[in-house]
Amino acid sequence: MLSLPIFLVASVVKIVLVIFILLTAVAYTVWLERKVVGHMQNRWGPSRVGPFGLLQPLADGVKFLLKEDLTPPHVYRPLFIAAPMIAVICALTSISVIPFGTAIPVAGHIIPLQITDLNIGLLVILGVTSIGVYGVALAGWSSNSKYSLLGGLRASAQMVSYEICLGLSLVGVLIVSGSFSLQQIVESQRGYFWGFIPKWNIFYGCQFVAFFIYLMAAYAETNRIPFDLPEAETELVAGYHTEYSAMKFAMFFMAEYANMITVACLATILFLGGGNGPLFGPPLLRLILPTFYFVAKVFVFLFTYIWVRGTLPRFRYDQLMAFGWKFLFPLAIANLVVTALVVAYRS
Amino acid sequence: MLHLVLFLVFGTICVAGAINLLVQSHPISSALSLVVVMASLAVEYLLLGAEFVAAVQVIVYAGAVMVLFVFVIMLLNAGVEERTKGSRVALILGIPGVLAGGLLVAWVLIERTGTATVGLGALPGFPKTIGNLLFHDFLLPFEVTSVLVLIAIMGAVVLASRPEPKNPEKES
Repeated sequence: MLSLPIFLVASVVKIVLVIFILLTAVAYTVWLERKVVGHMQNRWGPSRVGPFGLLQPLADGVKFLLKEDLTPPHVYRPLFIAAPMIAVICALTSISVIPFGTAIPVAGHIIPLQITDLNIGLLVILGVTSIGVYGVALAGWSSNSKYSLLGGLRASAQMVSYEICLGLSLVGVLIVSGSFSLQQIVESQRGYFWGFIPKWNIFYGCQFVAFFIYLMAAYAETNRIPFDLPEAETELVAGYHTEYSAMKFAMFFMAEYANMITVACLATILFLGGGNGPLFGPPLLRLILPTFYFVAKVFVFLFTYIWVRGTLPRFRYDQLMAFGWKFLFPLAIANLVVTALVVAYRS
Repeated sequence: MLHLVLFLVFGTICVAGAINLLVQSHPISSALSLVVVMASLAVEYLLLGAEFVAAVQVIVYAGAVMVLFVFVIMLLNAGVEERTKGSRVALILGIPGVLAGGLLVAWVLIERTGTATVGLGALPGFPKTIGNLLFHDFLLPFEVTSVLVLIAIMGAVVLASRPEPKNPEKES
């Protein structure tokens, strides 16, 4: 255990560092998305600001800050202002229980690379994301415009529906690892099956089904294509953030991408073994490698997000609900039963 | 000490949210005040050491149930409620009733302090303990409750579904 002052200092440093890295990652995920989708559609993407358009996120940020922050006269002001804050706060809070790698020794103290390791880490993330729904729903309602309201209603219905599948797909992993603590879930995936297949949850029994369910539900939770009905441009202008401009719009944008990153981190931890991987080389390298593996896995997941966006068209709304309730939900229940049987048989 | 401060702060927020729930004239504001009440209750559970219950409180009540409330209010497009002077029955019976109830609760709490307080972490709050209790010690009541909930869901489905039109020509 760390003493109180060191704990406080370490925590504050970690929080500042994580928020800084997360926001930078958000900015560069946007850049990556524009670049990759651009190449998939046979164009260049951002290329003018800096080499390969690398400074484009900075330019965008400055633009968001300097633009006029317009509040339409017909909105319900308190909630109109609170909604983007709720969205962005919830998106940034859920990163706090994610373990990024092994503990590192700093000046004689062992500091875990995680803001806090809670006994109920996974539930905290689920709870915070379920509060995040309010940001979108209230934005839609308080804007007092039909496009926004429809977008907000669609978003909250979709998020509530798919949250059930998301939760159920995680129960299988919980049964296998026997803990809510993300640190312990990562620990339980250390080692190999038969000496060469990594002991990640995705390779355990039929957990790849759970991974598939999680993937679909995660796309729907973050309102991404092919589930981006809340902001379907062709029907709803921009959905729940139609009436928002400047920094308030940027907050929704940041929340969406921060959620994407959190979901990718969670997938990495729950199914792909977190920072586990082959360790080799000098001690310093051994400390850095887990974090490197973690970031690499998260990157693969984020790339899949963008890839799917460049590939698939949007669902129709009834298809979305039918897919969620009539296909994913029964599949998740079946997976739960099978996993429970497999674990009971092996123990 | 820190726990006491946190308890008082979130207790105040909880009560303020509850009062705001009654005072607000707009249904959405009232629903949001209820969310605040639920969330601060979750913090109180957390302070008692019941981590799991706190998390479930946030996920189920603040996250799921209240989102549905807000959803329904948004769908119905409920407007601002009218403010009335209140009924005379409420004035005559309600205020003395609330006072009597409050005094009763206060008297019980003061008389029996030993039983009314729970030590920090005295509740079985870890997920494993709760799992053991639910699926081992209290398995039958738990399963019976789940059947009860299932019946409620089926009842809601029956009530919500429209009867099949027997003769399609009569329908219009």
